[in-house]
Amino acid sequence: MAAQKNAGDKDTEEKKKEKVLRRPPEEEIIIRGGKGASIRRKEIGPESEVPSGTGKVAGGNAPANGEALAVHKEVAVKVDHLSMKFNLSQEKLDSLKEWFIKFLKRDIKYDEFWALKDINFTLYKGERLGILGLNGAGKSTLLKAIAGVYKPTEGSVYRKGVLAPLLELGAGFDMQYTARENIYLYGAVLGYSKEFIDSKFDEIIKFSELQKFIDVPLKNYSSGMKTRLGFAICTAVDPDILILDEVLSVGDAKFRKKSEKKITSMFSSDVTVLFVSHSLAQVRRICDKAMILDHGKLLAYGDVEEIADRYEEMTEK
Amino acid sequence: MKFLINHIKRYRFLLGELVKKGIRLKYRRSYLGVIWSLIEPLLTTVVLVIVFGTLFNNKKPTFPLYIISGRLIYTFFSQSTKAASKSIRKNASMIKKVYVPKYLYPLSQVLFNYVIFMISLIVLVLVAVYCKTPPTFLIWQMIPALVFLLVISVGAGMVLSTMDVFFRDTEYLWNVMLMIIMYLCAIFYYPERLLKSGFAWILKYNPLYCIIDIFRGSVLGYMATAWDYAYAAAFSIFAIVFGIFIFDKKQDEFILHI
Repeated sequence: MAAQKNAGDKDTEEKKKEKVLRRPPEEEIIIRGGKGASIRRKEIGPESEVPSGTGKVAGGNAPANGEALAVHKEVAVKVDHLSMKFNLSQEKLDSLKEWFIKFLKRDIKYDEFWALKDINFTLYKGERLGILGLNGAGKSTLLKAIAGVYKPTEGSVYRKGVLAPLLELGAGFDMQYTARENIYLYGAVLGYSKEFIDSKFDEIIKFSELQKFIDVPLKNYSSGMKTRLGFAICTAVDPDILILDEVLSVGDAKFRKKSEKKITSMFSSDVTVLFVSHSLAQVRRICDKAMILDHGKLLAYGDVEEIADRYEEMTEK
Repeated sequence: MKFLINHIKRYRFLLGELVKKGIRLKYRRSYLGVIWSLIEPLLTTVVLVIVFGTLFNNKKPTFPLYIISGRLIYTFFSQSTKAASKSIRKNASMIKKVYVPKYLYPLSQVLFNYVIFMISLIVLVLVAVYCKTPPTFLIWQMIPALVFLLVISVGAGMVLSTMDVFFRDTEYLWNVMLMIIMYLCAIFYYPERLLKSGFAWILKYNPLYCIIDIFRGSVLGYMATAWDYAYAAAFSIFAIVFGIFIFDKKQDEFILHI
């Protein structure tokens, strides 16, 4: 179970020490589905764990521009033959009695539904991927699988670095808790340490513009206020991987601008982004890579302009 | 082993926050706050002593101590398992967003109730003084009793929280079960007659009664039977192993049902 640890090279060791206090532990995670499903988690040492064949995934789409540079870059996210299956029960069997009767009659029927089917791609450090697709194409499922919320039915997900999942902002707070308490609770869930939250507390409050309401229970907040708070907590961390699910289209215009600015300011620091949005303009502005998902399948993967044009064609039909 | 240590280090703060949250929210906006955890058992004990003391014509001076010791244990067990059974569903919005080991949710529910339970043990002192029952060296029995109680509650909480994800009925069913368990634990009656009758198995094979008996032994100054110890220990281990097994087996499916 315990991961092997070789003597790491000095650079990463030093980097790690620097960041220890300021951030949650940087780590590599491999989530495997199917038989022998497992989650392997390892705090980062040497870069020996990168799965083999990282250079040539994505069906040869990635290096099309002759950017051989990418091959030498570090892998941040690697999705390998990822499939997600859901059982849609035809009737909702919420009660024990119903289930038991049906079970005895061997009458439980499920409709299989593949939300994702055999997805393969590799993102290198610093790349920003826009995920395009119609409603129900599997975009959010993909993000959640990468975040580790869903366990893959088949295949595996590999990721490296501190993750900031900006999914369904504003959900997940405790309504009876005040903003102050929620910051600590939510931060703890995200893996922040107490010292880290202490050091970022003022910044979070300032960014979310909730100075006056720190000690008000969240049940009295408006949904915009909750979203702002969620955004501020999640982005406090200087992540290596940023997962954005429609989050730049919430809140009022002013906050939208502010949050986009904050996100763009992170780009300089080599952050890897996975971005879901229905606004093509936004995807073009933010991302450099893009993919199209359709009914759980990966239709296309490549540079953002090319893919966005193609998506535009698709949707206009 | 190293994996385990890292794991604990990583999630200790979160577990602490979850436990704190339970304690804070329980008595939020009440004037007496945590003092309620002392008043509540005292009040119910007064009622029970008056009702059952008169009904069974019970004049033993230690009767109040007898009742409150049983009641404290039972109340903790029922509160913590009830809270644990709802824990996964209540935290659904978190579970859907961020990966954290899901066992932290039922575990934190049991632990926060355990903290409150520990505080409420203070009333034992008051009642012991009232009953003029000084502690004996047999009070050491309190430690195994409290350990068994915690382990068994965590185990039961894991099983219940797993079941509740798939069947909402679990909560209601467990409420009924808890009431039956209360009557079978000899909380407000003396067990002697039952133990002599053909229904002795009801108490003998009731792990919670065994724990209550050990706990009472520590307060009232008698040595609990070897059976109590053996059975409570065996059942605790069974409960926690079974709980972890079931929970671990099913936890990846939780997300599809909440």
